[in-house]
Amino acid sequence: MNKNYKEMLDKHLPQDAVWTEEKDNEFYIKDQDILEVFGFLKEQGFNFLADISAVDYKEYFEVVYQLCSFDDDRHLVVKIKLDYQNPQVQSLYSLWKTADWLEREVYDLMGIKFINHPNLERILTWEGFEGYPLRKDFISQGGRE
Amino acid sequence: MGVDKEKQYLSQNELEEKGILFTSIDKVLNWARGWSLWPFQFGLACCAIEMICAVQARYDLSRFGYEVFRNSPRQADVMIVAGTVTHKMAPSVQRLYHQMAEPRWVIALGNCAVSGGPFVDSYAVVAGVDKILPVDVYIPGCPPRPEALIHGMLQLKEKVNNPAKVRLRKI
Repeated sequence: MNKNYKEMLDKHLPQDAVWTEEKDNEFYIKDQDILEVFGFLKEQGFNFLADISAVDYKEYFEVVYQLCSFDDDRHLVVKIKLDYQNPQVQSLYSLWKTADWLEREVYDLMGIKFINHPNLERILTWEGFEGYPLRKDFISQGGRE
Repeated sequence: MGVDKEKQYLSQNELEEKGILFTSIDKVLNWARGWSLWPFQFGLACCAIEMICAVQARYDLSRFGYEVFRNSPRQADVMIVAGTVTHKMAPSVQRLYHQMAEPRWVIALGNCAVSGGPFVDSYAVVAGVDKILPVDVYIPGCPPRPEALIHGMLQLKEKVNNPAKVRLRKI
């Protein structure tokens, strides 16, 4: 199995896809290319969306998608930078049903909106909870007396 | 009965010496309750492992008559809150408590249930189950050893047997 992802994928990816220097299986894409890129990657055998997470870098958000393959040990990391004030990106629910809960978790804890998500509600915190706990500017109100 | 016949009757002490006991219905019921508390099988975190351990052969909670862990709140007397109660879980815990038939008791097992424990500053954790339920016995520890749970159950037995010494708090 060819594990040189850059060689294998680069000519099919959009022009503005940027590979990271540290690792050979990570690259950034623009948020408008998301459905096109992930549809292509799914056809290439990255058929399992293992995880979605997000990072708060204070100036911008970064959404991190972990893609794996059921057929071999391939593992790919796709990152998208999002605007801090209005972070929103297309949902991957149309490609992977598992994106439903993964995106709800990211929405719940980080406040990133997923466009065309079927049921974008809080999943871990309770109804009526205010704020997004994993953001850097969130101040935790505990019960200490 | 005439006053002159009074001396024919024996005093309570004299009767007890002969093996005849006097008591009230309440006392008998509380005595029975205290020796056969049925806990509600209800584990929220790692303290539940110690609770399981207390029932197993080494510590053997059934020596005291408390081994009948029920899966339904309607058959249980005592809710052992074994672990961290989050705000999301709190409505369910309250509902289960209200589904238990009276008289009912609550044991807070472990630091999390007593006061929030290491998670007291968290946005998601209830800082002590006594914020939402009336707790009868607090068992500190992280997690408490099975001996501590047994001691707590025996303390609850003392409480059940001596209702005059403790006054129930209303919520």
